[in-house]
Formats: sequence, C-alpha cells, structure tokens
Amino acid sequence: MILKKTRRSLMIVMTKDTMQIVREQDVVPFRNRVRELSTKIGMSLVNQTKLITAASELVRNMLKYANGGKVMLETVSKNAQSGIRLIFMDQGPGITNVQQAMQDGFSTGKSLGLGLPGAKRLVNEFDINSIPGEGTTVTIIHWKHGR
Amino acid sequence: MNKIAQLLQNNKKQILESWMQNQLADASLRDDLISNEELRRQSDELISGLARATSSGNMDNIYTPEYEPVVEILSDISITRARQGFSPRETGMYVLSLKQAISTVLEEKYSEQPEVLYKELITTHKLLDNLSMVTFDTFIKGREEVILRQTDEINEISTPVIRVWEGILALPIIGTLDSARTQIVMENLLEEIVNTGSSIAILDISGVPAVDSLVAQHLIKTVSATRLMGAECIISGIRAEIAQTIVHLGIDLSNIKTKASLASALQLAFSMRSVEVRKINKNTGFSLTR
Amino acid sequence: MDRIPILKMGPFLLVTIQVDLYDRLALNLENDLISMVSKTGARGVLIDISAVSIVDSFMGRILGNIASMSRIMDAETVVVGMQPAVAITLVELGLTLQGVYTALDVEKGMELLRDKIGVMNDPEEDEEEPDDSND
Repeated sequence: MILKKTRRSLMIVMTKDTMQIVREQDVVPFRNRVRELSTKIGMSLVNQTKLITAASELVRNMLKYANGGKVMLETVSKNAQSGIRLIFMDQGPGITNVQQAMQDGFSTGKSLGLGLPGAKRLVNEFDINSIPGEGTTVTIIHWKHGR
Repeated sequence: MNKIAQLLQNNKKQILESWMQNQLADASLRDDLISNEELRRQSDELISGLARATSSGNMDNIYTPEYEPVVEILSDISITRARQGFSPRETGMYVLSLKQAISTVLEEKYSEQPEVLYKELITTHKLLDNLSMVTFDTFIKGREEVILRQTDEINEISTPVIRVWEGILALPIIGTLDSARTQIVMENLLEEIVNTGSSIAILDISGVPAVDSLVAQHLIKTVSATRLMGAECIISGIRAEIAQTIVHLGIDLSNIKTKASLASALQLAFSMRSVEVRKINKNTGFSLTR
Repeated sequence: MDRIPILKMGPFLLVTIQVDLYDRLALNLENDLISMVSKTGARGVLIDISAVSIVDSFMGRILGNIASMSRIMDAETVVVGMQPAVAITLVELGLTLQGVYTALDVEKGMELLRDKIGVMNDPEEDEEEPDDSND
C-alpha cells in the first residue's frame, strides 16, 4: 500500500519564468522581477529583502565564475503556503569542493566568502548541485511567512 | 461492478438511515455544535462519494484520484470540526459509525453466504479504517493550524516597544527567545527606531527564563542590527544565574553594553543622551535638566 | 552614466544613493569617493543609503572599504538611514560592517561626524551651522 505522502504535501508550481543573466546590468531587472513576484504573493518586506539579497549573491557568483547563466523564477505552493523558488543554472567550471564553498569566509576569488553560506542562511530552503567541468545549479525557496 | 459499490448505490437510503441512527444514538453526539440537517447533508455527500469511488474497484488505496473527492470531504469535515471544538474521538466516531451501518446492511444481504459476507466485511472495514485515519490526520493538522495562528498572535502581543524617553526605547522580552520570535522582536524594534528617531534601545531580558548560546546569538544579532541602523543597544535585566550560564557557556558579550537592571540601563541611556535626573527640593520634587 | 554624484559640504562629502546599485556602480563610487577625499582633504564622508533596498555582501564590502580607505586618509565615514529590512538581512548574512559608523539620518550623521573629528573646523563653536537643517 502506498500512503507515505498525502497529496497535500506536494509542491505545486503556479507560475514559471526564465531570465538570462549575461551582463552585470541584468542584475537590476532580475532583482526587480523577484521583488515583483514576492510582492504578488504577499511576502513581508523583511522576507523579500532576504530573498532578493540571497538571489543577488547567487547571481553575482554566476556572473563571476561562470560568465552568466539562467535563472528560473517560480511561484510555488505547498501545504497551502505560497513561496518563491529560484533555480540558478550555469555552465561554468563547477565547484570541486562544495562543502568547502559552503563555509563562511572561504573564497577562491577576492570576496568576503559570504556569498554561498550567507545566501543559505537567508532563505528557507537551499540546495546546491555542482559537477566540475559541467556547471552548477543552486535552488532556493523562500516561503511567504519565512518558515 | 463490485459488491460494495453496488450495495452503496442500491441501499444508500437504508445505509444513510442506519448511519444517522447510529450517530444520533451516540451519547457523544454534539448537537450543540452541529445541526441534524447539516449532519445528514454531510453524511449523504460522503456516501455518494464513497459509492463513486468504490465503483472503480479500488478498495484499498485511498490516495488515488478516484478517492480524492471522498478524502476531500472528510478533510473538510474534520478541519471544520477541529475548529468547532470537537474532540478527535467524536470526529473519528463519525466515520467508524458508518462502518457499523454498512456492516449491518451487508449482514442482512449476505446472511446466506457467510464466505462472501466475511470477505466483504474485511474489505469494508479496511477501507473505512483507512478513511478514519484521514480524519485523524487532518484533525491534527487543523489543530496545528490553530496553534500556529495562536503562536503568531502571542508573538505579536508579547513584544511591545515602549518609548520611555525622547530618543530612548525599551523592549521588555518575556518568554523564550527563539529564532521566529527574534525576527519579530527585531522587526518591531527597528521599525520603532525609525518611526521615533530613537538612538538608544534597551532590551530587557528579565522575563527570559534561560539564556543559552542560541538565545545569546539571537540577542547579539538584534544588537548588531540596531547598530547598523545607527542606534545603540543596551541589554538589561541580566540575573545572576543568567550571568553564570553566559560565562560558563563561553559566550562573548563584551562588545555589548549590559546592565543588571532596567533602572541602571536607563541611567546609562540618560547619560549617553546627556540627560541628567536629579532630586532637587522636597517641594519641587523631580526635575530634568539637559 | 555609471556615476553617483558626490556633494561637498564644508569639510564633509555627502553621497546619497538613490538607485539600485550593481557592482560596477558601487566600484565606481568607491573610486570616485576616495579620489574626492584625497583631492579635497575632506574630514568626513557621509553616505545616505535610506533609498537602498538591497545591500548584499559585495556592497557591504564596498562600504567597509570606503570606511577603511578614508580612515587611512584621516577621514571618518558614517553610513546613515539603513532600512530595518536591510539591517536584519545584513546581520543574517553575517555582515556587521565593523569599523563603519552608522546613524539614523543625515542630520544625526552630521552631528556624529562633527563629534568624531572634533569641531575644530568650526571656530564659532556656539553658533550652529548656517541653518539648512530643520530642527
């Protein structure tokens, strides 16, 4: 008998959108788009700011290490709660040691090394998948009420 | 078409009557919470849904599309009942008494064929047991929603920001400080700092039962955020046992202004704002000079 | 134009960031501001970020850099008007802008700067600044 998951805990994707990020100037319209989506689902200002800041960190990484990529922007719903899911996909060099990259203060560039771990702290769900030589995919979800 | 579906369709009236009787006979029926008509309407709807679902031949997996309407009805019923204040037993009995009703009808119909009767009874019981689990599941979910809402309300109420003097805010924290609460405290405090243009905030933790490293971290975060805004933060109400645990845990609060009591924090705040409070004459009482 | 205007007010430099920053713009600001400090011999830098809705680790780093660079040139930096949501986010991000002075608004920021560098540039001490601020 299969009754592990009731259909209520499934995540439903309500809207879907893709943006190409190739230049630094693309970051501003991208951030505005995220703000627009999160306002639409009624996210509070603090949660919006957290989400956009996390997104900003991830987009910067994409531009810096992979010369850009694309982002999928989705509004999702689970357990009657709505949220925003962002999927950052690039075809850059990938990260050889993900664990290390997730540590505070670690950077191969000259930054503070807060990008990845900081972004993770800012959002509710964070998932990173990287294959050296093929690229990196980072998925973040932030719920309307921030939990 | 299988026997149960047939039975549900042909003998719907009889089953409904018998079920209603069972429910009405039950001493625990809360006729103060639900009217008879409402109960009959709900029950009728459920039997019809069940008849449609069982006609597919699927008798044991209720997490399939054909059972969706049934599960939907049951979930709705138990969620509304959870909110209305029914006990889980009462909600569970609702489905379990249907089991009784169907069994009675089955017995009458197949009294000549004990083998068939036995098989059908087992199937029916299994199905209805599963369905009653759904009511428990959703009942608990409904209750959890109530609890969550109340937690939010408590959080909202229990974090007042008080303007104690021009440019000085006080925020008494009562109860445990977890991360969700810290968020609210921070938001309220920072919002109020902007609104009042205050440059000093006193965080009084006399009402916090215990400070562990996590709570301390939350406090430090709040202080840091206040400083980023351009205001200074004083933590007051540090009791002896809290000071002890803080040192034992090796938490570093040396960058933060701390005071034992709200009064001494206020005094510090006054001196930071160059405000002086002093006693003058018995008759003129109390005066403040800047 | 990828430039943010810098105003000179007596011994201070005043920058009001009104647009959403992207990295190039922030880097330009750092360069412009530091060369302005050296050119004018300013004693204080005031950056108003009340209109900025996002400060991420990069921009946080730029703010920190501006503060440390000006300090070497004997100028103090005050960041004023940070939004509550931005402050909460920065703390969560792990960035507390150590070494950067902060104030609630431009007025309080000016006051703080005057305090920090001593009022020596202003010989008539009991006279307040020619009144352009609304008390």
